[in-house]
Amino acid sequence: MPATRHPLLQLIRHPAYAQGARDMVPIAVGIGAWGLVTGVAMVKGGMAVWLAVLMSLTVFAGTAQLVTAPLIVAGAPIWVIWATALCVNLRFVIFSAQWRPYLAHLPWGQRARMSFFTADLNYVLFMRRFPEARPSPEQPPYFWGGVLINAGSWHVMSLLGITLGHHIPPEWGLGFAGTAALLAMVCSMLSDRATWLPAVVAGSAAVAAYALPLRLNMLVAIAAAVAVGTAMDHLRDARSQPAP
Amino acid sequence: MSNWQAVLAIAGLVLITLITRGFFILPSRDLPMPHWLREGLRYAPIGALVAVTVPDIVMTQGHLISTWRDARLVGALVAIACYAWRRDMLSTILVGTGAMLICRLGLGW
Repeated sequence: MPATRHPLLQLIRHPAYAQGARDMVPIAVGIGAWGLVTGVAMVKGGMAVWLAVLMSLTVFAGTAQLVTAPLIVAGAPIWVIWATALCVNLRFVIFSAQWRPYLAHLPWGQRARMSFFTADLNYVLFMRRFPEARPSPEQPPYFWGGVLINAGSWHVMSLLGITLGHHIPPEWGLGFAGTAALLAMVCSMLSDRATWLPAVVAGSAAVAAYALPLRLNMLVAIAAAVAVGTAMDHLRDARSQPAP
Repeated sequence: MSNWQAVLAIAGLVLITLITRGFFILPSRDLPMPHWLREGLRYAPIGALVAVTVPDIVMTQGHLISTWRDARLVGALVAIACYAWRRDMLSTILVGTGAMLICRLGLGW
């Protein structure tokens, strides 16, 4: 056996790689359904098949694809398309601040490769598996194992959606499987009592601010959750300290 | 929009995915951030997940639904009940989606 194995082989054989993949499998049904619906929506909106395939394989951001595909078909100004995608993706900027302590020690190229794949559910699963913001050697394999299943099911199913296009009746509302997957994630995070109030407030804020353009209601909801959570932390700290 | 413009637009979207997701990961030095905000961002994921999920369940065409006879509402309640009972992601997704399909295709809600 050679003394140094190929780094990719080392990564794949790491037990955390399989663990990362296994943790992602139960949610893959939802991710796949979402990819399917996104693929269908792109071609039904009138986008050429080759363009839809290109977009699906390279952009790798479901909400941004759903929102910008009709703009591309309608021939909207390119800066409007980019500005829209930027707003829809702003939540990832917030997530990236949380990723930093785990990834900052890695070489730049590796950081760039990893950041591209830090989608919503990769983020949620990773933060649940490693709640303490400290790097450890099993984190990169865990991350890439999750990406394998997450990106794999997304791409396969969105290509299927592009192929099937007009054969899936929209009235079935199969995208609900994606919603159900996220709902299951929410439920699993609510086991902790401190997250109930921020969640309820964020849900109300997302509905109340729904009229905002570019899905900016998501940012309002995140801000509300952070504000309520921080306020509760402070209240608890103040209560646990003895009165002066 | 010509093919070239569409490809350019998509190339820009790829870059936007990378820049937003890597915003705080890519720089080699720490960007300054107040301590309370760093702590508070722990609540960002639940906020984001709820913000994507709740409107998809209780809103139609930008308005709050006014009836409980909504297939998505039933699907969501069944999914939550299923999670509370089994604590399992896969069955939650399948049972919730199944309940939604029964209401939608069977009852026409």
